[in-house]
Amino acid sequence: MSSGLYDMSAKDFDKTLDLTRIKPYGDTMNDGKVQLSFTLPVPNNDKGMEAARILAKQMGITEPNVAYARALDETFTFYVVYGSCSHSVDYTKIQIQAIEDVTMEMDEVDEYIREHIGRKIVVIGASTGTDAHTVGIDAIMNRKGFAGHYGLERYEMIEALNMGSQVPNEEFLAKAREIHADVLLVSQTVTQKNIHIQNLTELIELAEAEGMRENHVMCCGGARITHELAKELGFDAGFGPGKFANDVATFCVKEMVRRGIK
Amino acid sequence: MASKIGLDEKLVAKARSSAAKVAEDTQRFIERHTTVAVERTVCRLLGIDGVNDVEVPMPNIVVEHLCAKDLLADGAALRLGNAMAELGLSPQEIAEGIDRGEIDLAALPMHAEEEIREALAPVVAETMARIRANVAKRNEYLTRFGDKKGPYIYLIVATGNIFEDITQAKAAAKQGADVIAVIRTTGQSLLDFVPFGATTEGFGGTYATQENFRLMRAALDEVGEEEHRYIRLCNYCSGLCMPEIAAIGALERLDVMLNDALYGILFRDINMQRTIIDQYFSRVINGFAGVIINTGEDNYLTTADAYEEAHTVLASQFLNEQFALQAGLPEEQMGLGHAFEMNPDLPNAFLYELAQAQMAREIFPKAPLKYMPPTKFMTGNIFRGHVQDALFNMVTILTNQKIHLLGMMTEAIHTPFMSDRALAIENAQYIFRTMADLGNDIEFKQGGIIQSRAAEVLQKAADLLGEIERMGLFATLEKGVFADIKRPQDGGKGLEGVTRKSDRYFNPFIEEMRRKEA
Repeated sequence: MSSGLYDMSAKDFDKTLDLTRIKPYGDTMNDGKVQLSFTLPVPNNDKGMEAARILAKQMGITEPNVAYARALDETFTFYVVYGSCSHSVDYTKIQIQAIEDVTMEMDEVDEYIREHIGRKIVVIGASTGTDAHTVGIDAIMNRKGFAGHYGLERYEMIEALNMGSQVPNEEFLAKAREIHADVLLVSQTVTQKNIHIQNLTELIELAEAEGMRENHVMCCGGARITHELAKELGFDAGFGPGKFANDVATFCVKEMVRRGIK
Repeated sequence: MASKIGLDEKLVAKARSSAAKVAEDTQRFIERHTTVAVERTVCRLLGIDGVNDVEVPMPNIVVEHLCAKDLLADGAALRLGNAMAELGLSPQEIAEGIDRGEIDLAALPMHAEEEIREALAPVVAETMARIRANVAKRNEYLTRFGDKKGPYIYLIVATGNIFEDITQAKAAAKQGADVIAVIRTTGQSLLDFVPFGATTEGFGGTYATQENFRLMRAALDEVGEEEHRYIRLCNYCSGLCMPEIAAIGALERLDVMLNDALYGILFRDINMQRTIIDQYFSRVINGFAGVIINTGEDNYLTTADAYEEAHTVLASQFLNEQFALQAGLPEEQMGLGHAFEMNPDLPNAFLYELAQAQMAREIFPKAPLKYMPPTKFMTGNIFRGHVQDALFNMVTILTNQKIHLLGMMTEAIHTPFMSDRALAIENAQYIFRTMADLGNDIEFKQGGIIQSRAAEVLQKAADLLGEIERMGLFATLEKGVFADIKRPQDGGKGLEGVTRKSDRYFNPFIEEMRRKEA
């Protein structure tokens, strides 16, 4: 298969952007170019290459080019495949659940709390269940914060308690009650076999059973958490990669005001 | 070798002497105490194994019995040895008798210490012989195949299923891995027992059990024979069962163990008294069994800032070195840890990483340093991630780090695919090959960024150790000096398992294992 490097053939597709039919962009509008890599449990030979090509076609890739094949073992081969995606997406019809609040900076959040709530709010956070990772909750709560966004501990109008990792859900809720928390933040890093779904669901069920769900803002976060997933599980919001302390703080204080939690 | 990085020898000596005083001080506390984990370990080394009909491990049955009868302070050896002398049964038979409620160790008449020691002697000798044979077998492999020059490529498997782990580990070994670590399931560090048998369910990792150790050891020996290399096996000697894991590792010929003196306290909120006592016995065992320990300083940098807190890494390395020496663990087995975790946005971050790694190399010249890859600033951008890992690989080869955990470009996304590992190995081998001797050709500019950075970090570490020497270790941990984490002396998990030894307490295995170096 030719690499396409010196491809002079006419590109016989419409090159104008149509938001009702968007496609991946390589170097020309609507060329549909994508890169894929995967491993097949077969030896590295011509037959394996053909298997990779057929698989790519079944994924909707036209003219798949197996750019690279390498044996990982006698019976496993790694492939890098390029091609054009035949599918398109109607971008104008997409509706997603997203947090609508415009993110405020730390000082603005503090000011908002002073003005609309009139007292310090109490935020408790933990990585609950068996999850031993604190990286997520630390990034949001620790004073130092992450990537230039100070953590909640630094906010003047927020009392923040970070319980760390491997906190049982029951203990988390008991502590929240003890310190009169307004906001509960739970972080989940380990997501193998969907253990996080099970744990997050359990937390919500416990909060409901304890009568704590209504009058608390509850959010979850982690590398594999989306806002949509969080809503589905019964949380008020979910924060995935690229979200910082001030994103979380903005949502929580506005949600408190929306719900009349004072 | 002259210092390339221009270290102040006197300051290094001062820092080391502060750390030694802290360790000596703490050692006095250790000598006066034992824990449930230490005594379960003695049970295991006396051959007690298996579980009862409700899955409780037999060592736990015995130690819970000792606690219930208020005999823990005497130690398992004294009380089991006494039962052996009185009843003429093996330790396993005694454990089973206790489980059935037929034997009450408190109700047996006490024999003289000499009689008790005599009863224990053959069992102790048998265990010591088994561990010695494991050491000999490892040495025989290393003589036959030769040991790897340059960095050991260290790879992780973590499927949760030991049989799937074996498939992955064999593939990784064939692709070039020198050390295979089987990550433990999340939460195992907080179990106050070691599960039993082969396991196929775990989250983010696989249970550490003696049977899992045995299965993986056999698989790696098999690949090693094919590849004519000795493949080292690594596991995690941390949490509430530090010495027990060390014991089963010694019995099944593990080669490397994560084993930090302070990690459990800081990162698993295990009580500091408990950890400090447990780490001692675990290191005595690892030292005797020829196991390289890996310390956990790299973890500080996942919570605290790698640039600002670099001196706490060095200070902790000094402490880990001294605690290891207290346990008779030779320098050649001290895989002191650190990590490539500085923010990629920081200008000259690579120079600072290089300074830190070269400094560790020169301060701990015999130690097989463990170097951990970037994780904190891995974003899901696999393409940049692969470059970050390449820079990390360069520091290793330039500064002669030994145990090199390969970074995965898919860090922060998922547990590695087979292809992720292969690409990581290719990356490392490419850099190790083409830059093999670059480190020897490089000198650092006098007073340049790298030398100045090392001097600064050393000064701060020496100052910190001076402060710890004045405050004592426990007070230091209460103040949150390491990883920005504060731990109270009587807080955390496992304190109830700590007890003061009675006058007649003895631990025959510590006696035997420490005799080796005398």
